[in-house]
Amino acid sequence: MIHLKGISKTYSGARAVHALNNVDLQIPAGKIFGIIGSSGAGKSTLLRCINLLEVPDAGEVWVGGTRLDTLTPRELRRARQKMGMIFQHFNLLTSRTVAENIAFPLEIAGVPAKERQRKVANLLEIVGLADKAQAYPAQLSGGQKQRVGIARALANDPQVLLCDEATSALDPETTKSVLKLLQSINQRLGLTIVLITHEMPVIQEICDFVAVMENGIVQETGPVIDVFTRPQSEAARRMLRGTFAQNIPPELLHRNNNGEPHRVLKLSFVGERAHEPIISQMVQHFKVDANILFGRIDQMKDLPFGMLVIELVGPEEQLDQAVGFLESQHVELEVLV
Amino acid sequence: MLWQILWQALQETLIMVVASTLIAALFGLPLGLALACTSPGHILENRVINKLLGAIVNVGRSIPFIILMVAIIPFTRWLVGTSIGTTAAIVPLSIAAIPFAARLVESAIFEIDRGVIEAAQSMGSSPWQIIWKVLIPEARASLVLGLTITTVNLVGYSAMAGAIGGGGLGDLAIRFGYQRFRGDVMLQTVILLVILVQAMQMLGDWASRKLSKR
Repeated sequence: MIHLKGISKTYSGARAVHALNNVDLQIPAGKIFGIIGSSGAGKSTLLRCINLLEVPDAGEVWVGGTRLDTLTPRELRRARQKMGMIFQHFNLLTSRTVAENIAFPLEIAGVPAKERQRKVANLLEIVGLADKAQAYPAQLSGGQKQRVGIARALANDPQVLLCDEATSALDPETTKSVLKLLQSINQRLGLTIVLITHEMPVIQEICDFVAVMENGIVQETGPVIDVFTRPQSEAARRMLRGTFAQNIPPELLHRNNNGEPHRVLKLSFVGERAHEPIISQMVQHFKVDANILFGRIDQMKDLPFGMLVIELVGPEEQLDQAVGFLESQHVELEVLV
Repeated sequence: MLWQILWQALQETLIMVVASTLIAALFGLPLGLALACTSPGHILENRVINKLLGAIVNVGRSIPFIILMVAIIPFTRWLVGTSIGTTAAIVPLSIAAIPFAARLVESAIFEIDRGVIEAAQSMGSSPWQIIWKVLIPEARASLVLGLTITTVNLVGYSAMAGAIGGGGLGDLAIRFGYQRFRGDVMLQTVILLVILVQAMQMLGDWASRKLSKR
């Protein structure tokens, strides 16, 4: 759906900043694609390159089979009408009511008044704000403002919805409900959603694919489940570390056990694997004791995702066999000690 | 007798102020919009035009009004056929107020959150649509306040219009109150001016509040 080829962008100034450095990205149609990175990683610039609010210095921007960066200004404006965008700070027109805000992109696209009214009513229904049609943005809560932003972005039936830190200014409860709304829109309308965030839980909650950005470079990209369970890049591992706090006290990792050999393992389970009694099978098969140090289970979009840190105590040989058994069970395994 | 003179002077002041305010708004709004929109990073960024307009506005604003009034007498005569009287005074008053109003419009436009403009661009708005549907409506409360400031300022300028026979309250205060030692007339004109300015400011504040939905 969206294909970015070799995108580079440098901000000149007293000190040149390489915001984007030869970025390639393919975003499949109908999916929710998350771009994560800490502030200054270049994700916001990258998102703005998709609708050319930022014009890249080099590279090609393709959306739905059209190359956007070579269009005339007039053609680009037409193309933008088919791409919705929502913002961290909502960016609603303060002088317009909710209904008038949603009607704005329709006016821009030259939709007749009758048709506008019908569409606005329908959109208000979709985002659950039918009773706020005549309110002004200043009278709304943050979550309600973002719903207006979403309705406005959907007005011209876009194929793509770009979300710029759309939930970063919202409290956790509101964030959840806005993410739910985005997910249901993705499923009902089948439109492609690209979102940028610095919050792992947002990726975990609704994204199908993720790209990890750092220093203007896409460090890693792939299905969320793969990146979460088998991060390949240092950047991805760092992002994950912040999310799943797994600080096992060092004295626990390195305690002596009266000289008995031991191993500390980190296991990750995904999907069906999370339900299988692998640990108890291992304990039955081998002469080892298992001691659970840390465990948690999360939901990743629709898949359960579990993580367990266990300590195995027993004879050296048995320990090796137990580890071998676990490896054969296709669980992600990392030997910490 | 005296109240008739005062009434006459008040009318002259109102004519000068209202007419020149309207003209200043008519030219100041597009000029201010042009200044703001051509500034660096704005929707119609254009360094050359921006610098040029900025220079013109600054020259206009740096000439003392009393000198401007006299300096443009030939222009005034060409435009309205006379260089003295209330009508003639409207010309220099307007010319002095246009750059002033333009700067106020410019700052009102700058107050608008850039994110809102970016949002309009992301929806495919043309610069023209952004000006009409975003900049002017979003700035309307500030624009009304700017218009109020311009009007009040013009009341002050109009007091100097006596120099070219423009009449008005300021002229009355000078000729009767000062030159004929009529302290009572001086006091009455000043009270009238204070009430006038107060009323204009209150009206402007009220209208601005009414328009602001922030």
